[in-house]
This record gives sequence, C-alpha cells and structure tokens, in this order.
Amino acid sequence: MVGYIRFEGVKKNFVTLEGETVNALSGVDLEIKKGDFVCLIGPSGCGKSTMLRLLAGLDTPTEGSIFINDTKVTKPNYDRGLVFQDPNLFPWLNIYDNISFGLKVRKLFGERKKDVNEFIELVGLKGFEKSFPHQLSGGMCQRASLARALIGHPQALLLDEPLGALDAFTRMNMQDELLRIKKEQDMTMIMVTHDVDEAVYLADKIVVMTPRPAKIESIIDVKLSQPRDRNNPEFIRLRSEILQILDFAGKEKEVEYTI
Amino acid sequence: MNKLKALLPLISAAAAEIVALAVPDSSLHQKSAHPYFAYLIAIVTVVYYIAAILYAHSVKKSGKVPDNPPFYRATFVAGAVLFFNLLNLVTVKLALLPTLYFPSLDRVFGALVEDRELILKCIGFSLSLLIKGVLGGLILGFSMGIAVGFSKTAAYWMNPIIRFLGPIPSTAWIPVLLVLFSKASSASAFIIGISVWFPTTVLTSSGISNVKNSYFEVSSTLGAKGIHKIFKIGVPAAMPSIFLGLFNGICGSFVALMTAEMIGAKYGIGWYVNWQKDMMAYSNVYAGLIVIAVLFYLIITLLFKVRDKVLGWQKGVIKW
Ligand SMILES: Nc1ncnc2c1ncn2[C@@H]1O[C@H](COP(=O)(O)OP(=O)(O)O)[C@@H](O)[C@H]1O
Ligand SMILES: [Mg+2]
Repeated sequence: MVGYIRFEGVKKNFVTLEGETVNALSGVDLEIKKGDFVCLIGPSGCGKSTMLRLLAGLDTPTEGSIFINDTKVTKPNYDRGLVFQDPNLFPWLNIYDNISFGLKVRKLFGERKKDVNEFIELVGLKGFEKSFPHQLSGGMCQRASLARALIGHPQALLLDEPLGALDAFTRMNMQDELLRIKKEQDMTMIMVTHDVDEAVYLADKIVVMTPRPAKIESIIDVKLSQPRDRNNPEFIRLRSEILQILDFAGKEKEVEYTI
Repeated sequence: MNKLKALLPLISAAAAEIVALAVPDSSLHQKSAHPYFAYLIAIVTVVYYIAAILYAHSVKKSGKVPDNPPFYRATFVAGAVLFFNLLNLVTVKLALLPTLYFPSLDRVFGALVEDRELILKCIGFSLSLLIKGVLGGLILGFSMGIAVGFSKTAAYWMNPIIRFLGPIPSTAWIPVLLVLFSKASSASAFIIGISVWFPTTVLTSSGISNVKNSYFEVSSTLGAKGIHKIFKIGVPAAMPSIFLGLFNGICGSFVALMTAEMIGAKYGIGWYVNWQKDMMAYSNVYAGLIVIAVLFYLIITLLFKVRDKVLGWQKGVIKW
C-alpha cells in the first residue's frame, strides 16, 4: 500500500546569514498511513522541526518531494494543522478569538460556532475566553494553541514538542486527549517529542533520527494495543530499545570527535 | 486634615473673589464690561464642588480604592486659583506688567464671551481643515505603509521617495503649494496631510516588517489567505507602532495647522490669533491661545482613549 503521506528523497539545506550551507535534512524517505500516530524522536538539531515545516508547506525541500494523498505539498493549507513548540497565540486576540481564528477566515464560524466552546472546554480553558494570551501561563497558552489547530479538523495534525511546557499531570491528560481526538476524527498525527516514554505511549510508529548527517536512523512499529500500560514489559522493552538506538548514535558521534 | 484639604479650593476662590471685586482696578488698564474673571472663578468653584461630591459618592458606592482621594486634586485646584488670583493682582490691580501685552484677566475671558461668534466660526474652520488634512494624510500613509511593509516591489519603488520627501518640513512646501493649488484651503489641507503622512507611513511599514514571521505561518496553516494576512495579522500586530505614527502625525498636524492658516486663510483659530496680534488686541490673542490649548488637549485625550481601547490587549507593555 502506498502511504498517505510520503517523503521521497527529501533533502533540505539552509544558507545561514554568514553564507554557510547547513544540511538540515539529508535524504529522508518515509511513508505514513492514514490515521497513524507517528512520533519523531532524536537529539536536537537532527531535523525534526524541519521535517514538520516541510510537510506543513512552510518551507520547500531542496531536493525530493513530499506527497499527501498523492498531491505534492507546495504551500501551507488547513488540511495540515501545525502546533509550534512556542504557542504563538495572536497577542491581540483573546482566547476565544484565537481559537475561532481558523473558522473565521474559512467562513465556517457561523455554522460551527458551538464548536468553539466545546474545544475551549476540551483544553480546560473554560472561564478564560475573554483573557488575552499575556494573562495566561505558558501551559495554558499551549493548550489554547492546540485547540486552535484542532478546531479546523485538519486531516493531519503536526505537533512540534507541544507538550514540553506542560506539567506532568496535564501532560498525561493531554496525551490521552490527543489519542481520543485522533480516533474520533480519524486524524493522522505526527508529533516531535524528546520524551521516549511519551513516544512509546502514543505512537503507532516511532521514527528515530540522528544528526550529522540529519537522517532517519530507524523506524519502529509499536504493536501494543491502546490504551497502553506504561508498566507492560513490552512497553519497557521498547523504551530501552529506543534509548539504546539514541545512545548508540550518540556514542558513534563521540568516537567521531575523538579521531 | 482631609476636611481642610477639601475646603482649600473654596478658601482660595473666596480670596480671588475678594481681590477681584473689592480691590480697585488700576487706571492704566482698559475697563472691561463685566467682571468676567470673578464670574469664571465662581463658576469653576461651583462646578468643581459638584463634580467632586459626585465623584466622592461614586467612590464610596463602588467601594474601590480610588487612584485619587475624594475631592479630586483639591490642592491643585486651590493652587491654580491662587495663581490666577496673583496674576489678576499684578496685572489689572497693580499694573506691574506692561499693560498692552498683559491685559486684565477680565478682558481675556471677556474676549471669549464677547467674541464667541467669530471664535466658534474659527474653531469650525480649523477643525474642518484639520480633519481633511489628517484623514488624507492618514489614508495615504496607512496604505503606503501597508504596501511597503508587505510588497518588496512597493518597498523598492516607494522607500527612496518616502526617505527623500518625508523629512522635508511640511511648511517648506508652502511656496510650491501656492502655485499648485488655486484654493488656499486645499494648500493648507495638503500641508497638514504631509505632516501626518510621513510618520504614519514609516511607522506602519516598520511595524509590519517587525511582525513575528511565525504569526503569518500559523495563520497560513489555519487557512488564512493573503488578504487575511494583511488585515487580520499584519495590521493588528503592527497596531502599536501604527498608533505611535498616528500620534506623532497628529502632534505634527497641530504645528502644520497653525502655519497653514497663515497662508491666505480667511478664518481659523491660528489665523485669529495672528490677526488679533496684528491689531495689538492681546486680550483676544490670549483668548485664542486658550481655545487652541483646550482644543488640542481634547483631541489628544480622545486619541489616548482610542488607544486604550484598540491596544488594550498589550496592557502593561505600552508606556507612552
Ligand atoms: N532557518 C534556518 N536557517 C539556518 N539553519 C537552520 C534553519 N532552520 C533549521 N536550521 C538548522 O537545521 C538543523 C535542523 O534543525 P531542526 O529541524 O530545527 O532540528 P530539531 O527540531 O530536530 O532540533 C539545525 O542544525 C538547525 O540549526
Ligand atoms: Mg525543533
């Protein structure tokens, strides 16, 4: 079966202000099935954010192409929602208007007005509709930005370390919410995370990446059924397997340095 | 202590009334038809106490701690009345200052009353000129700023023009404008327009270029198209800067208005002051200056109110 989302030989180079060429992604091939939850994991600088930005259409690959539903990705659109690491709420709009922004620009606000309150409740921000972003904590802003992306029912939701700023309890809650929403809306989710535990808990497929050169090191299918138990022996085995791959990649680099 | 404070304006006003009515005027001063200064002090005192009592009531009812204690600025009001009392004393009562340039307060305030028809007409003229000029300059500045902020081509062609023509003081255009426009009022409106246009354009375009790129990126993943990015992201995000430009422009427009009214205007408050000066009617000059001060004060206050409304979202950030 041909993947719903396909990266075909995707390379991305950036030219820095000093004129140097940075190889942010060197040759990525990846297929993602519709409705899958994919986690990208790896040390910083290995091109995870770059992959999401390319898929979102905010940057274009230097080489290769990305397809979604057999259509080549050329520009951003609401079928691919993106939640940045930084909440990036619009500071001039209150929480309610931030969350309904997408519906308004797509002229759907009239018919789907009641969804706004639903999503505000979903992310636990009831009572803060009239607050402005600067009045809320970082975690609250991140939840608002999640609601803002979710409300448009994107086919694929791209998440760049969205839960990093949340406390452990809220974080676990949001993980379960993400799984629930994904199932309910038949969404494909691709999430960057630093947390191996989070990846094993959520993902159907874990893509482990390494830097220098920035590429995919290995792809692990997680066969555990949902909901997952963090103490299940298979869960623990997978976690240590991934840690080993990451650790090994790290060691390999150390050797490179000592030469 | 507080009771005494509340009485201070009354005491000061009583003193002013006694000086105004009981001390004889110097014979060097021209007579005024009515004791206008005494009237004014009486009116100010009554209005002040009514307002202060109403304010104290509303504070008590709401139970909030007010920024200003009840009897709003009592000491200041008392002091201000005292200042005018002394001024009255050294002018009309003792004639210690040159009587031509420092007319009696009765005649200054009298000019406001007796010349009210002409003054009102002048205010109307000035305001209509100001509105025409400011609106024109604002619309042009705003649209050029947006174009330059969003389009590289527009920036390429317009930036040199803006940088070259913008810094020319608007009044330096007068000789050219008198040739270009057959009507003096169009030339005047143009001068005001230029003075608003420059800061508005520069601060609109720089505000837009400084908007965080990720706001545009987020909006495009939410389905925003070009027009949304301009008017739903770029403009609101740049609003603090745009407002600063508007504020600078409006302040500049006051200067421009006064100058503009000197080129062949038939009415206008700046023209009034100038004309009265030529006639050596200094009481009317001061009356005109008072009108200008009040008028511009009201405009600036209105602008601040609008700013608080429009830029409320960044409360705690704005400090001007
Ligand atoms: N706009 C850019 N200009 C220059 N270099 C960039 C840019 N974006 C990313 N990079 C570089 O590309 C590499 C991969 O970045 P990124 O995808 O953000 O990594 P990750 O998200 O995995 O931490 C890094 O070395 C980073 O410095
Ligand atoms: Mg990143």
